Amino acid sequence: MEKKIVIKVENLVKAFGDFIAVDNISFEVYQGEIFGFLGANGAGKTTAMRMLCGLSTPTSGDAQIAGYDIYTNTEDIKKNIGYMSQKFSLYEDLTVKENIRFFAGVYGLDIKTIKRKSEELINTLGLNAEANKLVGSLPLGWKQKLAFSVAIIHEPKVVFLDEPTGGVDPVTRRQFWDMIYAASDKNITVFVTTHYMDEAEYCHRVSMMVDGKIEALDTPQGLKDTYHAQSMDQVFYQLARAATRSAD
Amino acid sequence: MIFLMPIIQLLILPMAADYEIKNINISIVDHDHSSYSRELTHKIISSGYFVLNDYGQDYQSAFKNFEKDQSDIILEIPHDFEKNIGKLSASSLLVSTNAINGVKAGVGSAYLMQIISNYNQKIRQKWLHYNGQEIKEGMHVESRFWYNKYMKYTFFMVPGILGILVTMVGVYMCSLNIVKEKEIGTIEQINVTPIKKQYFILGKLIPFWLIGIFVFSVGLFVVARGIYGIIPIGSYFPLYAFLAIYLVAALGIGLLISTYSSTQQQSMSLTFFLMMIFILMSGLFTPIESMPEWAQFITKLNPVTYFIDVMRRVILKGSTIHELQFDFIVVSIMAAFFNIWAVLNYKKTN
Repeated sequence: MEKKIVIKVENLVKAFGDFIAVDNISFEVYQGEIFGFLGANGAGKTTAMRMLCGLSTPTSGDAQIAGYDIYTNTEDIKKNIGYMSQKFSLYEDLTVKENIRFFAGVYGLDIKTIKRKSEELINTLGLNAEANKLVGSLPLGWKQKLAFSVAIIHEPKVVFLDEPTGGVDPVTRRQFWDMIYAASDKNITVFVTTHYMDEAEYCHRVSMMVDGKIEALDTPQGLKDTYHAQSMDQVFYQLARAATRSAD
Repeated sequence: MIFLMPIIQLLILPMAADYEIKNINISIVDHDHSSYSRELTHKIISSGYFVLNDYGQDYQSAFKNFEKDQSDIILEIPHDFEKNIGKLSASSLLVSTNAINGVKAGVGSAYLMQIISNYNQKIRQKWLHYNGQEIKEGMHVESRFWYNKYMKYTFFMVPGILGILVTMVGVYMCSLNIVKEKEIGTIEQINVTPIKKQYFILGKLIPFWLIGIFVFSVGLFVVARGIYGIIPIGSYFPLYAFLAIYLVAALGIGLLISTYSSTQQQSMSLTFFLMMIFILMSGLFTPIESMPEWAQFITKLNPVTYFIDVMRRVILKGSTIHELQFDFIVVSIMAAFFNIWAVLNYKKTN
């Protein structure tokens, strides 16, 4: 079966004055793929991701998300993607249920669907007892799982995750990745940045960003073979050591 | 910004927030048309405190200007003014003062009394000198205060202060709102959703709009009526109709501040700066007519000016929507202007 391209990026550049945050990157991501987007702090990952989400306009280059152009169809893109930012971004002063209802409503789901999805989601996450509690009172790991579930509530074609597991314990991280696999099985493309190299191993393909450029892109096994490394950790060290940009 | 704000305030505010009452609009109804009545008119105008609004013979038309707030004082000179001075009997002048603005009314009528009594004094001396007769009373002045009969300060201030407070609540709450989302990062999450900008802004407006109406109602019924005993002479309809539009304008200003600021401190200090100017340049304390011309121009751009005007006129005078249509039109334009600006300035993509 021919693999369907969901994200297509060509020569994408983002410059802030003299500083070129994203320097001419090109890649493709396929439907249902879990795509790891790796790089040191300040390598330009978040900037690249923000452009793909339609939050930031590129300086030059082209990209299509789910067939929509990132210059002209940002609002169409937004209907077809989910996004979970580095900062926790549900409303902490709303309850679990209210957050689900709000975001599902914003994506235009009807009341019946919202109700069904909300029950489903709360059951799957085992949040029955907490459904009417403020999100601010939940432990971080639960919040992150909830935020991910909310980000894919409208069954988007792509979900962008910006360091979703930062500060989360290993058990919860493992559960979080189970959720990512489940989403991938439903043909949702997962575009994820992370600093955990064990998580990089879970991805179907991984790209390594250094100083705004993509230095390597392959399956985790492929990368290890190319760089004669035992683990992704070593691959990362070899590539990131060459970086001239200081971390932010 | 930190440096500029106090400097601007220091430059503008003392000039505008001046307690000296000037430019009192006077209508003179002269039934006499004698050299004496003209001389008295001349004396009043040349005092520098009064601006002659109209000079005629018809009390009704003078009173119409009075109702439209175009004149502050009517001086009516009886037709036998000159004759009676000669006849040694008292001549009665009628002074009607618009007391909606109690301070202005009190000071204005006091100035007028003084001018008249000086003039009286002069005539008495003149007559004494030429005719050897003494005029006992000469001119008698009858004084009436309109719209705020007992010149109660609270009647004048409470509606104005209520207007300010509703504005403050609205602008502050609204200006902090989007900024708060910027600080905690939820705005990012909103920006990646397909929500339309105008719906987002509308969603931000409606709750504060309702809160504003609630605060106003508590102020009007519980505080103004319950504690100060102020019962509007006009109906509640023009008040609420105006409030509904006005709040949209005030909240629009808040939203606009919010879209420009990136932290809550920033929007707080910007709001504080604006509120200072809004309060002092609104005619709450200093009558607008007493301000220098450039300051009067600023008051015309200040939405609070219109709100206070409407509040006072409806509550103390009983003005109707028809009489207030200018205020309605201006504030509607402001409401549209600030909100459209806020929607345009709020960018989901940057």
